[in-house]
Amino acid sequence: MEALDHARPGSREPVLEVRDLHVRFAGRVGLGAGLMGRKPTSARAVDGVDLELYPGEVLALAGESGCGKTTLARTIMGLERPHSGDIYFEGKPLGRSTKMLREYRRRVQMVFQDPTAALNPRQTIYESIAEGLRVHGINRGPNGEAEEQLVARALSRAGMRPPERFFLNYPHELSGGQRQRVIIAGALVLDPEIIVADEPVSSLDASVRGEILKLLLGLRDDLNIAMLVVTHDLGLAWTIADRVAVMYLGRIVEIGPAEEVLTRPTHPYTKALLEVVPEAGGIDRPFLAGEPPDPIRIPEGCRFNPRCPEVTTGTAEAAGVLGRCRSQDLGLSELRREHFAACHLMAHLAGTESAPPPPPAVLKR
Amino acid sequence: MSVLSVRDLTVTYHTQAGPVPAVRGVDLAVDKGEVLGLAGESGCGKSTIVNAVLRLVPPKTKVTGEILLNGEDVTAMKAGRLRAVRWSGMSVIFQGAMHALNPVQRIGNQIAETITIHGQADEKGAQVRTGALLEQVGLPPRRLRDYPHELSGGQKQRVMIAMALACNPDVVIADEPTTALDVMVQAQVLQLLKDLQRELGLAMLFITHDLSVLVEVCDRLAIMYAGKIVEEGPSVQVFRNPRHPYTSALSGAFPQIGDRRFRMAPSGLPGDPPFPGNVPEGCSFHPRCPLAFDECPTIDPELYPAGVERRAACLLVRGGDRVEVTS
Repeated sequence: MEALDHARPGSREPVLEVRDLHVRFAGRVGLGAGLMGRKPTSARAVDGVDLELYPGEVLALAGESGCGKTTLARTIMGLERPHSGDIYFEGKPLGRSTKMLREYRRRVQMVFQDPTAALNPRQTIYESIAEGLRVHGINRGPNGEAEEQLVARALSRAGMRPPERFFLNYPHELSGGQRQRVIIAGALVLDPEIIVADEPVSSLDASVRGEILKLLLGLRDDLNIAMLVVTHDLGLAWTIADRVAVMYLGRIVEIGPAEEVLTRPTHPYTKALLEVVPEAGGIDRPFLAGEPPDPIRIPEGCRFNPRCPEVTTGTAEAAGVLGRCRSQDLGLSELRREHFAACHLMAHLAGTESAPPPPPAVLKR
Repeated sequence: MSVLSVRDLTVTYHTQAGPVPAVRGVDLAVDKGEVLGLAGESGCGKSTIVNAVLRLVPPKTKVTGEILLNGEDVTAMKAGRLRAVRWSGMSVIFQGAMHALNPVQRIGNQIAETITIHGQADEKGAQVRTGALLEQVGLPPRRLRDYPHELSGGQKQRVMIAMALACNPDVVIADEPTTALDVMVQAQVLQLLKDLQRELGLAMLFITHDLSVLVEVCDRLAIMYAGKIVEEGPSVQVFRNPRHPYTSALSGAFPQIGDRRFRMAPSGLPGDPPFPGNVPEGCSFHPRCPLAFDECPTIDPELYPAGVERRAACLLVRGGDRVEVTS
């Protein structure tokens, strides 16, 4: 596995593709307002996302809470129903039939944020890991291995060695880091192509995090597993990601190679996120005022314009793009090689047209 | 003289499984206008120190050593004096703002209550002061009439800060004040805390597991491991140029974006922090230490001088050796 390959996603076929994905959550209206004829407004949690994930790459999905990153991950897992849009796995559209979903869910595994909550406290470690095999009706491994061998191999790959020692332990007998390894082993036992990890280390102690990240990187290198890592922590993205996607209000607003996005950010929102990464002696730095935005009321035009520093400081106006910022929605344009951003000002400065926004949600059902 | 000073503090919890020493001999001092950061992982004893200082530990807990607030020993205070000193002498900003506020009381009343109970003003005066406090933490005074559910997480944390300042304390203890907040809101709240601290000349004890936050806000840092302080000194130096291998591992967990040494190279320590009832012999860190040598399992190091205004509890810095510790 050459490291260079990860940096050049264009050279291979994606293992997972997301096209024009929209996910909405229905709002509620009180009885009185409902009788008055008010319609519920739905939250557009994911509002037109395109994404590719390549074999053996680590893609970090970053953003504030409420930006839709977890919803996107859960929809990819098949845990939320998209409102419209398609997901392709190895080039084939993901159907809604139980049989297809079951096969897909074996090959795409999820690692949750809090391992203590994700493990059944009354199940032994062996049972927790073997459960996945049993649910999927796998009695034997590809080379005729028995269940016990498969569980042992998964545990050992997750760094729990010797695995047999942990078979009869219960979750409460393990430390936080070990529990997260058990969760990862539970994913590995099914031999997945993709692991979706939602904040995989944020509930762990700082000194333990590094070891879990090393483990994830090792799995990518040894087993060529693609990983989608959802995180609010750009430092984490810098440590392990090949590519970074930054989400804001249900859209990806910037995506590209990690080194590009994190050291030469183009979108003002990415810049703002990088400004607030705590640093030695770095207080008294600019940050965005106001609260995280609300997916029920997505602003007109560029969805970031009400908080955008380029707008408030007048830079956008001076460049003559303010009108577009306020009124014209836009999509991602390639501003540098494989580095995309959705910003009128940056497109203008790069001498290109802003890309059109993703098509609106189309209901197929 | 320090506003708050802790000398040789030990806290031993009484449990069914026997005594659990959570804090094993800690010295701390916070001067007026100074922010001291206390960092460490879960179970290292940092929150136990807060509880001991405020005398909030469970009844059978054994506390020894001295806790001096403006020269007066907190551990020896009678109940009435303690009530008077809590909040007007020292106050706390707790971690979970969402759970620390009473959900069925307007926030204005909750703040005003602390002021009237401490006899700092009558009801009318308390209302006026509450409005001023809200403005000070960046909330419009009309928010007085809101219930906690009408506020966002960041706004609730601002209310907690206003409440901590209500009785003009000398010391404010902030226990993980931004942990539950989003990155952007965290930056806002940190800035607010720092501004208020400078403006009011507060002494502040700031506790969190997030070393990168501490470095930003604090003048000095103390790093805790297994109930003891293992390194202390000026915050930027401790973070950038650690003397103790544990500090070095901790600061490695907060990579500098753009620093290529961190790319695809997560740094961590093998194993887990020890359980307080089962701390290893000798240096408590030696089983996880990448630099441990033959003396480490037998000698429990004290804090040795390790540079200007710096100390570290590591045998490698004993006798003034200047050993560079990098992970």
